[in-house]
Amino acid sequence: MHELALTENLLEITLKHATAAGAKKVKQLNIVIGQLSSVVDESVQFYWDFVAKDTIAEEAELHFERIPATFRCHNCRAEFSLNGQPDFLCPHCQSVQVEVIGGNEFRLDSIDIE
Amino acid sequence: MPRIPVVENIMQANQVLAAELRQRLDAAGVVGLNLMASPGAGKTSFIIGTVNRLQHKARMGYVDGDIETTLDAERIAELGLPVVQINTGGSCHLDANMLGPALNELPLDELDLMLVENVGNLICPANFELGTHLNVLIASVPEGDDKPYKYPPMYRGVDVLILNKIDLLPYIPFKVDYFLRGVEILNPQLTTFQVSALHGDGMDEWANWLAAQLL
Ligand SMILES: [Zn+2]
Repeated sequence: MHELALTENLLEITLKHATAAGAKKVKQLNIVIGQLSSVVDESVQFYWDFVAKDTIAEEAELHFERIPATFRCHNCRAEFSLNGQPDFLCPHCQSVQVEVIGGNEFRLDSIDIE
Repeated sequence: MPRIPVVENIMQANQVLAAELRQRLDAAGVVGLNLMASPGAGKTSFIIGTVNRLQHKARMGYVDGDIETTLDAERIAELGLPVVQINTGGSCHLDANMLGPALNELPLDELDLMLVENVGNLICPANFELGTHLNVLIASVPEGDDKPYKYPPMYRGVDVLILNKIDLLPYIPFKVDYFLRGVEILNPQLTTFQVSALHGDGMDEWANWLAAQLL
């Protein structure tokens, strides 16, 4: 549900940059979504079709780059991704000394225009 | 087909507004508290317990974010503090744009602490900064000890975690160590309190800590 507000922000940013570049049309949005951002890309897509209607971004395709939640182990230095494990223990050495190093992203990297 | 680099955080507009609200609070010497929890975590009882303990130490105001009702606002108003109600009209979270007008309704210069009760929902409020100084998440024992592992996003980006309803620990299989370990990995800076808002356990520690954060 919060994706509606997020999608409105996304459209606003897109149109601002597209207009500044003198675009006739926006063809694609390159969006980066981290697993820890609590944003569901299907929901963004659902709201996009609705909020972008009648704008120059109406036909734009949403391209989502999904970034997994990534952890680093302080004990053995291994890096590992969150993959539905029931705890966050290091899969290599079982240490609890791990920290999150990636997965919070939610940004618009670039737009393709014509 | 030209590609234009954007690299803009999609929440930036809200973050700019939130920073402005925080400046207003700072200028008035008010600490803002954003309380988030799922429905049934005991948020309103927790707020009442907090207000009762701080009443002689701090001048408080309360903002209630609610989808439809004013029930919580009425209960808090009975405690004698200025109350502003924000009905989100179906929205699942407060954002900085909604909180802005609410600040105009509070006598900020006469307050030390502003308590904002966010809409009861754990997923959405986490995305929207309000400009508050402390973001507090209330989890409760009946929700289960695996929540940090199943829903990691909600434990990121908050400053304080309250584990409420610890009086139920003898009756519900809930491994506190397991719960806290997941929480600490996701958010090492987090300050945690274990309380029973209903019976009062741990509430003095929390209230004393909060009083020490006031300007
Ligand atoms: Zn390891």
